[in-house]
Amino acid sequence: MSAGAKRVEQLDRVVIRFAGDSGDGMQLTGDRFTSETAQLGNDISTLPNFPAEIRAPAGTLPGVSSFQVHFADYDILTPGDAPNVLVAMNPAALKANVADLPSGADIIVNTDEFTKRNLAKVGYAVSPLEDGSLADFAVHPVALTSMTVGALAELGVAKKDGERAKNMFALGLLSWMYSRPFESTLRFLETKFAKRPDLVAANKAAFQAGWNFGETTESFTVRYEVKPARMKPGTYRNITGNQALALGLVAASVRSKLPLFLGAYPITPASDILHELSKHKKFGITTVQAEDEIAAIGAAVGASYGGALGVTTTSGPGVALKGETISLAIALELPLVIVDVQRAGPSTGMPTKTEQADLNMALFGRHGEAPLAVIAPKSPSDCFHAAIEAARIALKYRTPVILLSDNYVANGSEPWLLPSADELPDISVEFTTEPNGEDGRFLPYLRDPETLARPWAIPGTAGLEHRIGGLEKADKTGDISYDPANHEFMVRTRAQRIEAIEVPDIEVEDADESARVLVLGWGSTYGPIGAACRALRQRGLPIAQAHLRHLAPLPANLGEVLAAYDKVVIPEMNLGQLAHVIRAKFLVDAVPFNQVSGLPFTAATLENMLEDVVKNG
Amino acid sequence: MVSTIPITPVKLTAKDFKSDQEVRWCPGCGDYAILAAVQGFMPELGIPRENIVFVSGIGCSSRFPYYMNTYGMHSIHGRAPAIATGLSVSRPDLSVWVVTGDGDALSIGGNHLIHALRRNVNLKILLFNNRIYGLTKGQYSPTSELGKITKSTPAGSADSPFNPLSLALGAEATFVARTIDSDRKHLQSVLRAAAEHEGSAFVEIYQNCNIFNDGAFELIKDSTTREDHLIRLEQGQPITFGAQQQFSVTHPAGSFGLKVQEGGEALVHDATVDDPAYAFALSRLSGSDLGTTPIGVFRNVQRPSYDELITKQLVDAKAQADGTPEQMLDGLLNKADTWTIL
Ligand SMILES: Cc1ncc(C[n+]2csc(CCOP(=O)(O)OP(=O)(O)O)c2C)c(N)n1
Ligand code: SF4
Ligand SMILES: [Mg+2]
Repeated sequence: MSAGAKRVEQLDRVVIRFAGDSGDGMQLTGDRFTSETAQLGNDISTLPNFPAEIRAPAGTLPGVSSFQVHFADYDILTPGDAPNVLVAMNPAALKANVADLPSGADIIVNTDEFTKRNLAKVGYAVSPLEDGSLADFAVHPVALTSMTVGALAELGVAKKDGERAKNMFALGLLSWMYSRPFESTLRFLETKFAKRPDLVAANKAAFQAGWNFGETTESFTVRYEVKPARMKPGTYRNITGNQALALGLVAASVRSKLPLFLGAYPITPASDILHELSKHKKFGITTVQAEDEIAAIGAAVGASYGGALGVTTTSGPGVALKGETISLAIALELPLVIVDVQRAGPSTGMPTKTEQADLNMALFGRHGEAPLAVIAPKSPSDCFHAAIEAARIALKYRTPVILLSDNYVANGSEPWLLPSADELPDISVEFTTEPNGEDGRFLPYLRDPETLARPWAIPGTAGLEHRIGGLEKADKTGDISYDPANHEFMVRTRAQRIEAIEVPDIEVEDADESARVLVLGWGSTYGPIGAACRALRQRGLPIAQAHLRHLAPLPANLGEVLAAYDKVVIPEMNLGQLAHVIRAKFLVDAVPFNQVSGLPFTAATLENMLEDVVKNG
Repeated sequence: MVSTIPITPVKLTAKDFKSDQEVRWCPGCGDYAILAAVQGFMPELGIPRENIVFVSGIGCSSRFPYYMNTYGMHSIHGRAPAIATGLSVSRPDLSVWVVTGDGDALSIGGNHLIHALRRNVNLKILLFNNRIYGLTKGQYSPTSELGKITKSTPAGSADSPFNPLSLALGAEATFVARTIDSDRKHLQSVLRAAAEHEGSAFVEIYQNCNIFNDGAFELIKDSTTREDHLIRLEQGQPITFGAQQQFSVTHPAGSFGLKVQEGGEALVHDATVDDPAYAFALSRLSGSDLGTTPIGVFRNVQRPSYDELITKQLVDAKAQADGTPEQMLDGLLNKADTWTIL
């Protein structure tokens, strides 16, 4: 495969969306393209979008699955608002995605699928390839399926297998178009089909055919290059939020020297964390797929009581079920990490779509005064560090911690500068092994004066036998107590010990310190908010950005930061849950900006909104 | 399977298992007798106190852990089997006991109970069945007889009760037994067998709530009626009862179930029969009326415990460890397509 003699153009950024039927292998195609792009050193951000149904009827709109990849020669923050290139493997994929394209975008269509029947399935009376409706775009009709089958004919590959390799043809073509290095893909195919040499050969041949097609056809006159981005030196990999979160939990286990125990019940979009952790038993990790979410967290509490790092992973509906047990863990004052990968609600809502609407539940969704710590990762790779931070707080302060991820960061991906294990924070804590009271008595609720944490004395420790439970406990002794003054004291102490958790100050990005407007975000909105702020600054409009990682307790300097600006804007993928907290706590007239479409903010949406605030107040 | 729980050479006594907490059940409650029987039995185990954990849910019965001088957790309503599962699986060196009530185990916590049993988690589950909600002051429970008149069912309850043993056997529990609060010797013999069992041991203990359901088990406790209604199961012995042992439990040809008859060829009890259908048939002999109620060990079979299988997976995986945890973590993080920027 040598470079063709076509014109080569330099671009600084490109957004490509691969779209097809859910059986067409678009996620894999996108993944491979991303990996090739990573090898080249571009900065990347990706976003998959798959149907909730496992196999919606072939060729229908609900069956469309897509994968968007944004790559650039500078550092980027989002998967891109609008694709420059759409690969549409069938009419449904075209119809479902064409509205997102800016005029002038390239559309590569698989003409083999544009049959009368397939067009009718999605309500096209006339083929859009022929009725002029795509005049605004550069359409490249490619007989993808038949060319793939043709290229594989001499290999003696069955027609069905040949057709299935068409995604590799598309990948080969796109790899040629954007001058991607393809060695990693060939290696990948060898591993993936290790047991089927015929499929390795078929998929490689399909890839090559796609590449060669690009080189020879007249339909593509230009080849593009996107130079590597200037990124910090080091070793990188591409990673999704769920993968990073799982690896962060492994790291937390290693760096706390405690066995990790995961209790989980499958739920989209959190299941991948269970899948990933169940592979790492070598690290002493136990995963239990429980009978329901209540059992899952119960088992995690039991394991924590026994001296493990107890973790439970779920999404919003699961957190609702776990509420009572979270309260128990608050009363027991045991370490526990609860991961909520948020999805659009209420009820089953839209399980594969994103939202940030569980913040209220995380902060307040329990009976009684039941405070705990809440933290949220801001990007896919940040899930790794957020998981370690959640475990650190849980262990040091003996408290449940809710880690609020969401579908957008969980399934999105970005390059990740790999840390070295030795440099990760040491989050180990000590079990109590000696009596702490007079006459050799053990007082399970005698607190550390600094952290207010109680001793963690695990079963198996002779001389420290004690009973704990959900009933109110007397200060120090932990005996059952109905004493009014004691309850008042314990409730206030539980609140105080969460408030006393040390969290880093919030940082403000305010380039020349001339901004009058501060935009405050939390969690996965970091990318689009950051991209919008950059765009405004480039246009000479000053704006300050601050992003919350710790939602409970809030950073100590937050009030001061908020007070320094004339206007505070809070974009959220909910109806203003953080804005509520900020207004109530700091008496700041924060302006909420909300979107609850199940989709992440685009940078453009935020840029327009913020421009208006900056200009008109 | 060799036990993973340590044994102490120190001879303990019942007193060693009494905590300093004041026991707060109603005077005359059957829970006292069970507590005393358990405290009296514990030294026999030879397990150090610190390696024993009692986990309970919520209910009068669930106050139990506070009174045991071992480790203990009084958790939340119905969830003890789930919590104990996490503890037991992650700590094979502990002897984990679950104390629960008929409402706790069979109503709110029914799901956790059947799943703990099907998994065969190494838990000893003691269900104090008083056929009533004690702690919430006397509503009917999932084991109350049909038509039970209580505060919440003034016209009589309209739902059929569970037979806890049938339920446990339906979940294919490997050890299933029944005993009575007032029969200390029998209770302790059942506890002994349960403790020796690897895997889930499910023990239903008929317990008198003298405040809200007094005399519920009188028919099989009163010495004048007991002999004609109580069937004592003994391993390897013919199943007969009655003042003159005149009644036998038989298996009529062509029938799925067992029958009680005068005379006839009594079945010889064998709790180790692998097919749960036998123990299930035994469990069906007793209805709400207690007319013919077997006590003793119904089923006692071997099947790998969940703990054992999970531990084995862990041990096998850890044998693959190829460096310090930090080195392995570095390996894991780098196990992907990586690229380096200089
Ligand atoms: C979530 C929840 N629902 C309801 C209750 C109230 N409650 C406490 S104990 C109990 C029933 C107890 O009955 P049982 O399990 O038979 O125990 P007993 O008191 O009879 O020993 C109920 C309904 C509770 N504590 N928690
Ligand atoms: S209410 Fe019944 S079960 Fe509860 S303590 Fe009193 S007698 Fe015992
Ligand atoms: Mg009861």
